[in-house]
Amino acid sequence: MKSLSEIETTVKRASKAAGYSWGVSEETGKSIRLLELFSLPGIKHLNEYLNQKNKSKFESLSLISENNSSLKNPYCPITLGVSFLDQINVLENLKKIEFKNVAYPIIFISFISRSSEIIGKKINVKIDEKKMLLNLNVNIFSNFIDQEFPKIANTIEVNLLENEDNFTDEEWNNLYKLSEETFVEESDSLKEGAAGAGLTDND
Amino acid sequence: MKVELRDPNKIMKLSRLGSFHQSKLSFLRSFLNEFKEWEYKRDLFNLNENGFGEAVYSFKKNKRVYSLVCFANEIKDEERSDRVIATKWDAAFTLHDGVPTKKDIERLKNEVPKQEVGRLSYKELTLSRANKSVRIYNHVVESLSKGQQPDLNLLSKVGYLYRTTAVYGSGKFGLADRFRIKNREEINGPFRLEMMLVYLVRQFTFDQVNHVAYYKNPKTAVKLDDNICKNLGIGNSTGLGMAPFIVNHPTLLNNWILSREKALKKIREIKDVESQDSDLFIDCVKKSLKNITSWNTDSEYQQTKITSLLKDVEKFLNFINKDFNFEIEYPFNKIYQWLEDNTCEECIEYIVSIMMEPYNNIVNPLVKEMSSDEEKYFNIPTYRKVEELQNIIEKKYPNILDINFDEKENNKNFWFISKNKEEPRLADRFEEHGSELEQPLAIARDIKKLYDKLLVSKNSLTIAEFLTSNSELRHVVRRAFIVEKFPYSEIQDNTIGKDLMPIDMLRLKLSFFGALKFDPRSDKWLRICMFQGAPLPNELKNYDEQWVYKTNI
Repeated sequence: MKSLSEIETTVKRASKAAGYSWGVSEETGKSIRLLELFSLPGIKHLNEYLNQKNKSKFESLSLISENNSSLKNPYCPITLGVSFLDQINVLENLKKIEFKNVAYPIIFISFISRSSEIIGKKINVKIDEKKMLLNLNVNIFSNFIDQEFPKIANTIEVNLLENEDNFTDEEWNNLYKLSEETFVEESDSLKEGAAGAGLTDND
Repeated sequence: MKVELRDPNKIMKLSRLGSFHQSKLSFLRSFLNEFKEWEYKRDLFNLNENGFGEAVYSFKKNKRVYSLVCFANEIKDEERSDRVIATKWDAAFTLHDGVPTKKDIERLKNEVPKQEVGRLSYKELTLSRANKSVRIYNHVVESLSKGQQPDLNLLSKVGYLYRTTAVYGSGKFGLADRFRIKNREEINGPFRLEMMLVYLVRQFTFDQVNHVAYYKNPKTAVKLDDNICKNLGIGNSTGLGMAPFIVNHPTLLNNWILSREKALKKIREIKDVESQDSDLFIDCVKKSLKNITSWNTDSEYQQTKITSLLKDVEKFLNFINKDFNFEIEYPFNKIYQWLEDNTCEECIEYIVSIMMEPYNNIVNPLVKEMSSDEEKYFNIPTYRKVEELQNIIEKKYPNILDINFDEKENNKNFWFISKNKEEPRLADRFEEHGSELEQPLAIARDIKKLYDKLLVSKNSLTIAEFLTSNSELRHVVRRAFIVEKFPYSEIQDNTIGKDLMPIDMLRLKLSFFGALKFDPRSDKWLRICMFQGAPLPNELKNYDEQWVYKTNI
């Protein structure tokens, strides 16, 4: 088994050899390491993409907007990913961002996952009909984990989620009520003697 | 009185970093301190009469066990090489996490002797190999087999029986990634498991010579005297592989140096020094003279440094004896100022290290600050502005900005990774091919490039906007934001200039390991000795903390 350290170093070097700058290669190393840590096919897709890169043309996108479309050639997932990561503080203000025609989207996803940690918000991603929840870079949850990841995404929809509970008030209140059963009802003497501070110490 | 931390722009120069010495903060000393209460055991010693076979040594506490698995192999004299291009070694080692099963040992037997071309698993933590110092090894075996102890004069010339030629950890060749074990309290200090491996290898070398001497002549053989064992360390040959490490781990480097600087600052701020502390300090300086006079090297560069060190330490002792009174206020501050005014860099850093000896209360908490969670500082704060980055560079790299990289001598070398051994190398860019594949280790040059680019960019641009058209400078943008928070994270020198002495970079790292007797074999590799004078494993529960200054051979 390859260690994550070996994966990161080799990806960094391979990305540099494929023409990216050292700084971008460092980012790619971190991102692919992350995918492999989550048991997602980072090495496989990077390998295929870097092979394709010599044969086909891919577009770079420097400044990301609400709707981003590359009609002729697909977007490069690495430059797109680095741009997303760099601009996340601005993109945070947009509710929904759409990308059309992105190559090897799983590579792009790894950068979005890292961005989720930076802004402290969960991010929902829809790659065509497949859904993923990027959870503050702690994990990636998806409904197609056993299926082959696409090599081209026609549409990627990115939704930055507000920090909200994913349960109802009723569910919470029921649970809270149950937790109260571990508390002791205070008698007058307990009220007086069991607290650390005195009753008059209310500043 | 408040003493300022020393200026990074002075301390992080290569000549100063290349003058650092071991101290109480050094990893091999903090390793001994951490593991002194652990149970040491030799679990397996299955060597044939010539000393070839397997052995296992362990440290155990509660349910945690670390086991050194050793494989001693027969090799021909002509196959023995300290260079990284070697493919066979007298012995190979791995530190296994837990108790190895028979199946583990069989697996490791196939992989460990192959070193870089073998595959380890997440159950192994570190990997190493070593060669005999044949002259010393044979002499010791011969003497012991005849019932005699070896010639101490001969031993003192080398100081060890075996020399390791690499110690690997942190995920190399399939070893466990650091993140798997980073929360273990006992290894909350850099390179602790590498130190454990080297320390246990040292014990293996003693056991092996005793074993071979016995089988050579069971009737007359004696064991190597414990006191001689104690005064032997384990050698190490180190090449350029270490140099990129200190550039590639800026926050870790910062934490090592910052701990040293904080210790010095706190010691200089002591108003009244207890007489027992000043006595211990002076005693260590006096006894340490033996470490200088027994420091052998053929390197003229190092000989000159040793000569001036010896002269200056003697001058210092003379000053302490005749002109200094420890009863004055802030005596260590006065001493430090005197050192800066009167002695060479090598001597200043030597005495700074010894100043720490009386102060466990200052040093021990700092040992815990010497690791780094590097991932936390990786992301670039791209929301910040060009103007801020420009200010950081002006403030943090003042001398670097004065270097003219258009001059050939300032741009002479390039760092690359050798295809044959995947090891770092340094070459002349105007004489050799390959500079187009240069590694990103010319930080000074690239910081200067970044600064020049920032000067012609709009101050109000965000870093994200700046990077859209300056991707080639991304690696140094990241570093500049790191140095803003971590003042000692950057070497404040040119790592590609004509006058570069790469061994200064190695020496820096090795001093933090706790190495002694740096012996440069060229400007690119050197030999050192580790654990010379250190307690033996069965003495760990009660040992003299200043052992490093009390070697007898």
